[in-house]
Amino acid sequence: MTWAAILVAGAGCYLLKLTGLSVPPRVLEQPVVARVADLIPVALLSALVAVQVVATDDGGLALDARLLALTAAVVMLVLRAPFLVVVFGAALVAALARLLG
Amino acid sequence: MSEEVTEDRRAIVGDSLAVGVATGAYGISFGAVSTASGLDVLQTCALSLLVFTGASQFAMVGVIASGGTPFAGALTALLLGTRNTLYGLRLAPLLAWTGGRRLAAAHLLIDESTAMSVGRSTREGARVGFLTTGATIFVLWNLATAVGALAGEAIGDPRDYGLDAAVGAAFLALLWPRLDRPLHRAVAVLAAAVALGVVPFTTAGVPVLVAAGVALLAGVLTVRRKR
Repeated sequence: MTWAAILVAGAGCYLLKLTGLSVPPRVLEQPVVARVADLIPVALLSALVAVQVVATDDGGLALDARLLALTAAVVMLVLRAPFLVVVFGAALVAALARLLG
Repeated sequence: MSEEVTEDRRAIVGDSLAVGVATGAYGISFGAVSTASGLDVLQTCALSLLVFTGASQFAMVGVIASGGTPFAGALTALLLGTRNTLYGLRLAPLLAWTGGRRLAAAHLLIDESTAMSVGRSTREGARVGFLTTGATIFVLWNLATAVGALAGEAIGDPRDYGLDAAVGAAFLALLWPRLDRPLHRAVAVLAAAVALGVVPFTTAGVPVLVAAGVALLAGVLTVRRKR
């Protein structure tokens, strides 16, 4: 099932790209469509952050080392650290928190 | 005249290579995060080869990591992929490729190749920026993914290394540059609240899709108000 989903995501994402390069601009360039498309990544990424950091596997919410790691990520982003530093820095904070906690 | 064009071309290639190398290296984190999420090395590499748009790939493995079905993950990836359609609309008249070249170029249509292409004053400049950035990232992203995936599988339990927490940090880093406007910040806060609000009532993967409704609603409401 994972393989089927990978193929669906691959084909779908490619078609989304090709559509943009092929469709006459007027068809999709309505103000509402442009605005919604601009906001979708913001909403999805923010929701992904939230779910990733406080949701648990059994459908509950928990504040643990992951939240500490996210706080560290915020600090690193404010300090304009590069992407890889933010990602692996956050992992390091979570690993240390678990080791000490 | 021709020297000027060569000089300009060289500068565009240089900038594009720099962006390509920096971005391609993220592939390491994707590979590590993906295997930490339960995908195997082959599946992880297939995602980078076939999907080839970072945020969508992170989203797909993120949803699977939180217990969602692979298809909920694929749907989230597709929703995030819609922004590439808009990039394409903007680039189509600039690149003006047709036939097989357009079919090949479409696969390289991502955030970075768009950014290195839209600002150019000439068609040649736009094409050079697009192709250099897109091709560099494609090669490095896939190599780095394989390295990250192999390393991720070799180290044992990903939680011991905090790799599960790295997923949230990756999403935040992708979101960060988009929080430059009040409307975006409001949508981000609302979407996070909505997603967490429905977590107890839905299966994993669904909360993120529900949060897309916030973007839909906010988009429709704010555009209407302006008229």
